[in-house]
Amino acid sequence: MKSMKREKKAGSVFFYAGNTLIGIIFICPMIWMIASSFKPEAEIFSNLNSLSTFFPTNFTLGNYVEVINRLNIPKILGNTLLYIAIILAGDLLFSSLCGYALAKMKFRFRGVILMAIIALMSMPVEAILLPLYVEMNQLGWVNTFQGLAVPFMINCFSVYMFYSHFLDIPKELLEAAYIDGCGPIKTFFRIVMPISKTVYATVFILDFVARWNDFMWPFLITTGEEKRTVQLAVQAFFGTQPIHYGAIMAALTLASIPMLIMYVFMQKYYVQGIASTGIKG
Amino acid sequence: MGKKSMSVEKSSYNRMENRAGMLMSIPAVMLLAAFLIVPISYTIYYSFFKYQVIRPDSIVFHGLNNYLNLFKDEAFWQSLRNTVYFTVIVVPLQCTLALGLALLVSGKRRGVSVFRTMYFSPQVTSMVVIAILWTILYNSNANTGLINAFLTNIGLNTIDFLNSPKTAMNSIIFMSAWQGAGYQMMIFVAGLNSIPAEQYEAASVDGAGRWGKFCFVTVPGLMNTIKYVIMITLIQAMKLFTQPYIMTKGGPQNSTKTLVYYIYEQGFQRGHFGYACAAATVFFILIVTLSLAVKKITRTN
Repeated sequence: MKSMKREKKAGSVFFYAGNTLIGIIFICPMIWMIASSFKPEAEIFSNLNSLSTFFPTNFTLGNYVEVINRLNIPKILGNTLLYIAIILAGDLLFSSLCGYALAKMKFRFRGVILMAIIALMSMPVEAILLPLYVEMNQLGWVNTFQGLAVPFMINCFSVYMFYSHFLDIPKELLEAAYIDGCGPIKTFFRIVMPISKTVYATVFILDFVARWNDFMWPFLITTGEEKRTVQLAVQAFFGTQPIHYGAIMAALTLASIPMLIMYVFMQKYYVQGIASTGIKG
Repeated sequence: MGKKSMSVEKSSYNRMENRAGMLMSIPAVMLLAAFLIVPISYTIYYSFFKYQVIRPDSIVFHGLNNYLNLFKDEAFWQSLRNTVYFTVIVVPLQCTLALGLALLVSGKRRGVSVFRTMYFSPQVTSMVVIAILWTILYNSNANTGLINAFLTNIGLNTIDFLNSPKTAMNSIIFMSAWQGAGYQMMIFVAGLNSIPAEQYEAASVDGAGRWGKFCFVTVPGLMNTIKYVIMITLIQAMKLFTQPYIMTKGGPQNSTKTLVYYIYEQGFQRGHFGYACAAATVFFILIVTLSLAVKKITRTN
């Protein structure tokens, strides 16, 4: 008994000490990024040999001032949030409507549509970028919000997430709604949507993260600075003279903040979303 | 009489359901058709045409020539080799790292979510941010590159990281595994926590030690999760583009040029549109074959 207790205590020490050590090593690149963003340019590379490289000794906000002066942050952030908002609005509405129909209704072509959704789920968008670009060009959508957003307003993975979630809704509930005179579409908006907040939140955050991180499509479809997204702006800043590493670090840190905020508020759904795909798959 | 009106009601309900179901799927189906199925078809279609972006007026049928030229192009084979190399190394590395981290933070101890967040944190920025940061960390000079400064500090030689064709891809692999592991870790944590505690207790009673429990309880209980994680990591790895584009521009000496990079370069930079579509079709077939193969292998086990 005593030895078990001791073993438990040793396990606990091992857990906290081990995780703290490994965790700090794991995130030290990011600690260095944030520390350097608060350092004067001359000090960033001056003490790489000592641990003090991870702490700003002469704290300055100058790098952030430089980034704010050189980049039109409200515009860049606004562009990004706007195009993601268009995608999310479309994806949440259209994917859930389709997922619900597939899960709960009998209609013509249901089987074909479901099969197509599942087959297209692992379709790499990288393979279709060229004709997609040509299509955007023909629509006159190059360098527009439509071009950035519309091709991604539907996502087979989201449809499938909604579909598998709506399968679990009890039939009695929907029948009761029908008897009360609720048509299928009304039932969807009045009854199904309000009781499915979790799956909406999950699809919302998974889609947000995917779009926020996307580099390739915005990079191809935008030209110049007008519709530049956060990722493009950061990448361009990295290669623009004058190269000030302090300012680059500040830009990288600033570019991480929106995702960090999202993570803080949506952590539960985000982690759940990642995990549930694994168990279901 | 009653029976008849019921069946009338039923068939009118079915008709309405049929209409509503189609109506609700229409927006999704139309968007999918326009922005997924049409581009897939055109990728395959144009791969049989000579189509230069600067000469859209002279698109001519080219038969299999794009494919024949593609298979004759050493740069294509190199980009395929690079992609396969990246995938073959990064998948086991990243999955093992993720499983290791998950084992560290699977329990229900106080504060465990802090550690989970730490390991997950490279995911809470973006690949662009991480790639730029590591380009600076990987600087070959010990006076400006943090990692080389550390290596010199502990008495090792500096490494050329991104500047040498021998090490560039490995450097990208290491960074990618570090950045991505937190994601798979979260999946593993959920998998680990879904293994019933009784199974561990039963193994204990049977005299299994820590290693025995891992082999006979954890691994079998986690098998489906492991398969799924390998599958998504594999497909993700095959699409590598952002890291080499930002960190090395495909170099040095094309050592980090991947398939997607090759497609981008041929299609968007050089304007060989039809040719690039042929490469994209090959890429597409590769991904589909791979995911079907993985599905088949994992199902029979």
